This record gives sequence, C-alpha cells and structure tokens, in this order.
Amino acid sequence: MSTDTGYNFAYLDEQTKRMIRRAILKAIAVPGYQVPFASREMPMPYGWGTGGVQVTASVITRDDTLKVIDQGSDDTTNAVSIRKFFAKTAGVATTDRTTEASVIQTRHRIPETPLKASQIIVYQVPIPEPLRFLEPRETETRRMHALEDYGLMHVKLYEDIARHGHIATTYAYPVRVNDRYVSDPSPTPKFDNPKMDNCPALQLFGAGREKRIYAIPPYTKVQSLDFDDHPFEVQTWEQDCALCGADDTFLDEVITDDRGGRMFVCSDSDYCRERRDGGHVGAQSPEAAE
Amino acid sequence: MYVAVKGGEKAIDSAHRLLAEDRRGDRRVPELGTDQIDAQLGRAVDRVMTEGALHDRKLAALAIKQAAGDLIEAIFLIRAYRTTLPRFGYSEPLNMRALRARRRISATFKDLPGGQVLGPTFDYTHRLLDFALEDEQPAAEEPTDASNVVELPVDMPRVLEQLARDGLIEEATPPTNEDTREVGDITRTPREFPADRDERLQSLVRGDEGFLLALGYSTQRGYGRTHPFAGEIRVGEVTVEFEPEELGFAIELGDITVTECEMINQFKGSAEHKPKFTRGYGLGFGHVERKAMSMALVDRSLRADEFGEARDAPAQDEEFVLSHADNIEATGFVEHLKLPHYVDFQSELELVRKMRAEIEARQPDPKPEAAE
Repeated sequence: MSTDTGYNFAYLDEQTKRMIRRAILKAIAVPGYQVPFASREMPMPYGWGTGGVQVTASVITRDDTLKVIDQGSDDTTNAVSIRKFFAKTAGVATTDRTTEASVIQTRHRIPETPLKASQIIVYQVPIPEPLRFLEPRETETRRMHALEDYGLMHVKLYEDIARHGHIATTYAYPVRVNDRYVSDPSPTPKFDNPKMDNCPALQLFGAGREKRIYAIPPYTKVQSLDFDDHPFEVQTWEQDCALCGADDTFLDEVITDDRGGRMFVCSDSDYCRERRDGGHVGAQSPEAAE
Repeated sequence: MYVAVKGGEKAIDSAHRLLAEDRRGDRRVPELGTDQIDAQLGRAVDRVMTEGALHDRKLAALAIKQAAGDLIEAIFLIRAYRTTLPRFGYSEPLNMRALRARRRISATFKDLPGGQVLGPTFDYTHRLLDFALEDEQPAAEEPTDASNVVELPVDMPRVLEQLARDGLIEEATPPTNEDTREVGDITRTPREFPADRDERLQSLVRGDEGFLLALGYSTQRGYGRTHPFAGEIRVGEVTVEFEPEELGFAIELGDITVTECEMINQFKGSAEHKPKFTRGYGLGFGHVERKAMSMALVDRSLRADEFGEARDAPAQDEEFVLSHADNIEATGFVEHLKLPHYVDFQSELELVRKMRAEIEARQPDPKPEAAE
C-alpha cells in the first residue's frame, strides 16, 4: 500500500481528533484524572495500543518525528507495526533515536535517555484505573477518586509488606500526581517511575478499550506511593549490561541455552546502541570477545 | 552469543504472506465468491452485520472471506471500517408495525390475527447430516417454487400491543430523554454507569452472541430468574427512513431484514397497583433469532432496578454485562497476552528471586525443598 491511503492525515477524521484533543486538554488541566472519551475502533486490536495510537494521531503534525517502542525496543513486532501505521497514514518521519523524536509512543517503558521539554511521550495503557484490582466497579472507583479515598490502596501496599516483607508491585506501581490523583503509570516497571517526576516532557496516557485519557503536564510532581519506613525503591541488578556495560539501566534477561545460561542486556535498545557507538563495551560484546 | 531480536518488520511481512496463502487454501479448489458467502452463508453474514453494527451484506461477506471464516475477526474488520464512515445523522425510528414478516411466531397464544407462520427455520428439522449436500447441485434456472410462501399481511396486530391495550403489560418505554426524544449513541459518547436503557440495548445488539446466550441461559437456570415467554418473534423486511436536515421530510433509504424478539416477563404489582407483565426486547440485522432472544432475556434482567429486584445474578449486573459483552474489546485484550511482556515479567522475576533469597538467608541449614 502507498502513503496515499484514502484516509485522513494520521487515519482519524478531524472531528474525532477534535474530540480527543478536548479530552487531552482536560486531562492536562486536571493532572492524573482519567477523562472518559469516545474511543474509536481502530484497525488494530483493542489491547494492542489503540488508546496510544488515537492520542498520537491527535497530537502528531507533519513536522513531527515519531519513535515507537515496545518493551523499550524499536524492533519488537508491535512497535514496528504501529510505526508503519503512522508512516503510512501520516507520512511522518520516524526514528529510533530518543533524542531525535518529538513524539514517542511507548508500551511498558520510558526511555533511559532523559526526555526534553519539546517532547511528548504517549503511553499505551491497558487498565487505566489504579484501583481496578482492588475494586472492579467503575461506579465505585470514580467515587473513590472524587473523595480522594485511597485508603484501600495503602492497605494493599501494607498487606504486601506484612506478607512478603516487600511491596509486591513491580510494574504499574501506583503514583500520586500533583498531590491529588492516584494514577497508573501503565505497566512500566517501577524502575521507570522516578523518570515521570518533574519530567520536562508532556506525558499523555491513552486507554482505547477502557476509553480513558489522562495526562501529566511537564514539570509535575509524581510521587510513587510508599511508607516512611518502607520507602519506594527501584529494581537493581547484580549484573551490568552484557553488551554496553551500563550499570544503571533496566535489564532484560535473555536465556542463551538450556543449561541455565543467561545474559542481561539493556531493555532500551537505542540507549544501548548509543553507548556501544560511544565506545562502551560489556562483558559479552563482540569487541570484548576479540 | 546473544542474537539481537531484529527483523520484526520482515517477520511481519512474511507472516502476512503466509496468512494470505493459508486463507486461500488448496488452489485446486475454486475460490469462494463473496456472492456465494452472501447467498449461502447468510446467517454468518447476518451475525457479522449485527455485531459489526453495519448493515452491508456485501462488506460482511467480504469480511468473512478475508477472515477465513473467523466471524469475530470478520466483525472486527467491519467495525474498523464502520468507524471511518462519516456520520450524516440518525435514521427515523423503524416502524416495526409495518414490518413485512416472513416468519412470525408467538409462544403465548395458540392463534392470533395474522397466524403463526414458521417461515424458514431450523426449529423442527431433525439434526441429521444431509449427505446429499456434499454433492454440488446444478445451478437452477428458475427461483424455487414460491407457492408455499405465505404473504403475511402488513400491519399485523402485535401480540404485546394487544396485551398493552388491556393494561396487562407495561407500555413500551420511550427513549430516556423525553424532551428531545434523543437517543444515546455509544459510538460517540463514552460509556458511563449507570447506563440508560437505550445505551444498554445498543451495547447488547453489538454484544457477542455466545456471551449473551450464556447469560440469558443463566437467567433461565435461576441466576436472576425473569419468567420469560416468547411473546412474539418476527423476521422480515422493514424500511429505513432518513430525514435530511435541508429537506424537512423523511425519505426512504431502503429495506433491511431484521429479527425482533419481544419477551413477556414476570408480572409486577402490589396491593395498590394492578399487576402487569414486563418486557424484554431484542433486535438484530438479518435472521438472528438466537441473538435476539438472548438479548431480550438480558435486557429484562438488566432492568432489575426499575422493578426493585435484587441485583445478585451476573445477568443483572450492568457493569459486568456491558463491560464484557463486546467481543472485539474482549478478543483484543485476551489476545494481547501474545504481545511481549518481558519487561513486566522481568520485574516480577527479580522480586521473586529476591524474596526467595531472603527466605533462604533466614534458613541457616539449607535443606532441599520438601516435596509438596
């Protein structure tokens, strides 16, 4: 198929974009609040990024450069699929370099390279409601947000500590945005939570199937929930990245044989490549083997 | 040595080629025409139109072909196409009294004006495989003998209207917003709870036939019983009318086939109020009786609050039913588990290892784990 698809720029019709932009503006005005919107059926399945795609389609312009990542990588199949979708329907420039992108759509990660004020990061969100697994009813959770009634969440975190000695939430770790709404950072690992705090970039969250949009405006306070005696902490690894030697990134575990062999590499493939290009080597990089 | 997971793009292209080949199947077998699907797999077309929420037999047939007969995939194709269509406005309410019925049955009265007309139905067939169908029949020159097709009178009195005239059944409820007579539109406004009945019915029409069938069935087995009777089930053609803003009067757009089920349910009354039967309503494009009946059962169950009934069965739970009835939403989220989740999984793995290590550290005398 050619770039001339017979569809409007970035697929969505202008009325739909206007409706979504209104929802986005409201979301920015009330940080962390989930704004209901009339989510459309998209040509990819619900649960595969339709919310993020609708948000991106509504904010992207012809001058933008788009980066799409899934699990931190530009090469995962769904990231490839979404990038192709926008290359086809909007004809925008795409990149896999975080620094070159003006719009970044992501699933499950925030890039390791700090985001800039000129950037927008769009998160694909499966379940936008942080209280959903404590209370399945939307009527109830909306009331709880309205009354700032977050006791249930604190009890859950406390019970984790009582039972396991730890807060047993490792991804989609709840945050409090601008001292008001408890929000779901989408299933990013809690490793990425600190990057959301006081972030210069605009953070937009789209949940297509659940029909919700929320936002964190630039330089907004984002606090991971914790207790004084059990402060929030992020994951750490004993290993460094086997390819670039980074000791401060989120690592993916890769099974290398059927005898328990494994290696750890940066989940952010762009960051890892940039470090390697800059001369950094890891224990198992080809340069080190020579 | 770790081989980077590259080449997603190539893999996707190859998968698409394989899919196309797989869909076509053995090339020695003639290709299936969409006209054949429309004519001979009509019930599949009807389901795809109903749950795809778009009345277009040709497109539904095309979707079924493209989806290799996977009806939920076909429904998805239709939905994704439908959402791109411009919205000119809303049709006039269908005049269901003027429905030209091919089939009309009532389980509540032995005979009634207009009569009981079976029409084309599986109902009394013996489910014996007809091996004669294995052999291709030569195409007929003439259409089949129409002499046994009964032309049903238009403006047939409707069963529930007769009861309503005597006050024995509640009146059909008008759209929720009585001032503007405006009907909600679940494709243009986000779902909110509690939902109004017009929005609920819209969700149910699109809802998965299997899901509604199971829920309707559950009400018959005591999970929110509503004592249903099939008051009237009709299949036939009805005219769709549309009033363009600049014209000021309605014009006919064409005829569509619909199936309607009006269920008569459990009566309600009190010491002061004379008892009346209540209603459940089902409607779908084409010949979709199972869907229309299931929908009517669930519609009635979801009206529990209106009649002061306890809401303790799944079929009475509006949030539960409406949030899970849409098979496009459901299939997307279930199947998204195929997408990579290794970042989340890595996070869990790291925590589980850490917690295991802590327990091991607390046990100075490490014994092999006892068999459980």
